[in-house]
Amino acid sequence: MRHIISLLMENEAGALSRVAGLFSARGYNIESLTVAPTEDSTLSRMTLVTIGSDEIVEQITKQLNKLIDIVKLADITEGEHLERELMLLKVLANTAEQREEVKRMTDIFRGRVIDVMDATFTIEITGNGHKLDAFIEAMRQSDIIETVRSGATGISRGSKCLHV
Amino acid sequence: MELSGAEIVVQFLKDEGVEHVFGYPGGAVLHIYDAIFRQEDVKHILVRHEQGAVHAADGYARATGKPGVALVTSGPGATNAITGIATAYMDSIPLIVLSGQVQSAFIGSDAFQEVDAVGISRPCVKHNFLVKDVHDLVSTLKKAFYVATTGRPGPVLIDIPKDTTDIAIKIPYVFPHHISMRSYNPTVKGHSGQVKRALDLLASARRPMLYTGGGVILSNASAELTEFTQVLGYPITNTLMGLGSYPGRDKQFVGMLGMHGTYEANMAMHECDVLVAIGARFDDRVTGDVEQFCPNAKIIHIDIDPASISKTVRVDVPIVGDIKAVLTDMLKELKGVKKQNDSKALENWWKQIDKWRTADCLRYDRNSALIKPQFVIEKLCEVTNGDAFVTSDVGQHQMFAAQFYHFNKPRRWINSGGLGTMGFGLPAALGVQMAHPGAPVACITGESSIQMCIQELATAKQYDLPVKVINLNNSYMGMVRQWQEFFYDKRYSQSHMAVQPDFVKLAEAYGHVGMHIDKPADVEGALKEAFAMKDRLVFLDFVTDEKENVYPMIAAGKGQHEMHMAPEWELI
Repeated sequence: MRHIISLLMENEAGALSRVAGLFSARGYNIESLTVAPTEDSTLSRMTLVTIGSDEIVEQITKQLNKLIDIVKLADITEGEHLERELMLLKVLANTAEQREEVKRMTDIFRGRVIDVMDATFTIEITGNGHKLDAFIEAMRQSDIIETVRSGATGISRGSKCLHV
Repeated sequence: MELSGAEIVVQFLKDEGVEHVFGYPGGAVLHIYDAIFRQEDVKHILVRHEQGAVHAADGYARATGKPGVALVTSGPGATNAITGIATAYMDSIPLIVLSGQVQSAFIGSDAFQEVDAVGISRPCVKHNFLVKDVHDLVSTLKKAFYVATTGRPGPVLIDIPKDTTDIAIKIPYVFPHHISMRSYNPTVKGHSGQVKRALDLLASARRPMLYTGGGVILSNASAELTEFTQVLGYPITNTLMGLGSYPGRDKQFVGMLGMHGTYEANMAMHECDVLVAIGARFDDRVTGDVEQFCPNAKIIHIDIDPASISKTVRVDVPIVGDIKAVLTDMLKELKGVKKQNDSKALENWWKQIDKWRTADCLRYDRNSALIKPQFVIEKLCEVTNGDAFVTSDVGQHQMFAAQFYHFNKPRRWINSGGLGTMGFGLPAALGVQMAHPGAPVACITGESSIQMCIQELATAKQYDLPVKVINLNNSYMGMVRQWQEFFYDKRYSQSHMAVQPDFVKLAEAYGHVGMHIDKPADVEGALKEAFAMKDRLVFLDFVTDEKENVYPMIAAGKGQHEMHMAPEWELI
């Protein structure tokens, strides 16, 4: 099962390496990991996507909780939640035909062309992982030069929240 | 009071109640050593290798319950300390390791004696810190002691760049009596609903079993465990780390369990219907094949570390909390409402256990012309009235010590259980002796283990630590030899210690007393003579039967009921 684990941790040097080290030392999978400071500058929020059986994920959350720098965590996939990932995608757009096709596809997926050069377009698109996968699939006819994905972030719906 | 960073370190240790620091100086910690020189409250013990410093601090902690403190320099000082830190981590021992670091401006430049101590130690510490600003020193030291000694204890490393301890920069110092951390709040009190569920399950048991580990000792809960066990009247087994938490001679005690545990303990585990695990972590040396572990049992698990619960074996009633607090609550409930046990079932259960006991699983040849290692431990136990502090190294001698020295009190049995660190015994014994100056301290070791930290014989001389080294010398890495005999068709690859020093002369060279014993008849006399020398370290080199194996045994990956007993031919 795929799980999204959100962590609030002390914004200290080395906190990220403790999390990454835990996963490698204990042989857990990390599918993606994002981290950035929060509105409270002493705290960072990390979103981890991992795959494992219920037992493994239970161990992962317990072991993460044991890390001294981690203030709070939640497996947001346990309840209703929103998930978003950002992707930037650079495609070849030389001819008018190519440009038209890329623009059309981008509109369908509610993406945005954010950079236009002589030969390339760069597209910004957000959504869950499936949507981004589908967009890449749809763009196969075009010449994709480069893609970059942020990894998933997420938040619980309604009054459930992760804060100190 | 205005102090430099170096003075703050030493003053803080004093204010925190630290009396002994085990260490070894070097460039990055020179400021701290200068501060140590200029005071007398915190005593420094100069070891001969940083691994020895950490093991000694570890032994000190295990024997007292107070955190041990080690001080090492940067680079090789820190890397030499790692084995000691990992040893303490695996056994949840509270330690503070202060390591020097190159000046903060040089960090990352591959400076002389620079190593990323925080990075290297990260997987084997409970937590670690790098203190780049002298203003953070006091709060970091306080946090380190708090984290190391609370919850599930463990080692904490503080890496201190040389400029942080600069003697020219003085700042105000106030000792902080309290600290709180929003990210670290261990659960102490057990959930009362879970406690009730556990007691109901316990009362319904027909074949109950208590399985208790090192957590009981760490929590100073031996008295509560003993009362709890005796109020219930149920059989109890200890893990290797738990020995001494329950009186080893008591009739309810069925011996140690696990790979080299007793037949009765392992069979009772396999057949029980309710198992109470207390401060134990279902280690693979205990469970054997987890698929076959306690197949008929409902399991209650009391532990302060939630991550220990249902890690390898699913449990039915988890209770997260401090063992002492939880057992105190359970005892109160137990005494309040007398739950009706099935006394007939319990009687039958004890009959069954007594039947298993008749297997006499620890038997060995008592008429051998060669010294049997078991015999030495039995005599050691007799000579010291079972009341010595006993440290051990790792291997056959460790198992014989666990099987044949009957520990009646907690914190008397000091060994590297989790990591299995050869070389632990001697320096740990020095730490124990430092903590308990007048007490008898024995280090049970073998000719292979002892040579891994033999240099600490000099430390023992310098500080007059009259440890008795019980060297069970069979000229082999005995446990390696045993596995090669059983599982590699007697191909004894590199396990023979073909060349050894003359241990008697070696002991004498360090200024100690050496004794060589090669006849069973001389064992008791030698031990008595050694322990009568109260102010001398005595190195007793016992030449033992090289073919002796540790029995009974559960081969790796087998179930608890699949024990091998000593073959009859070895008993002739």
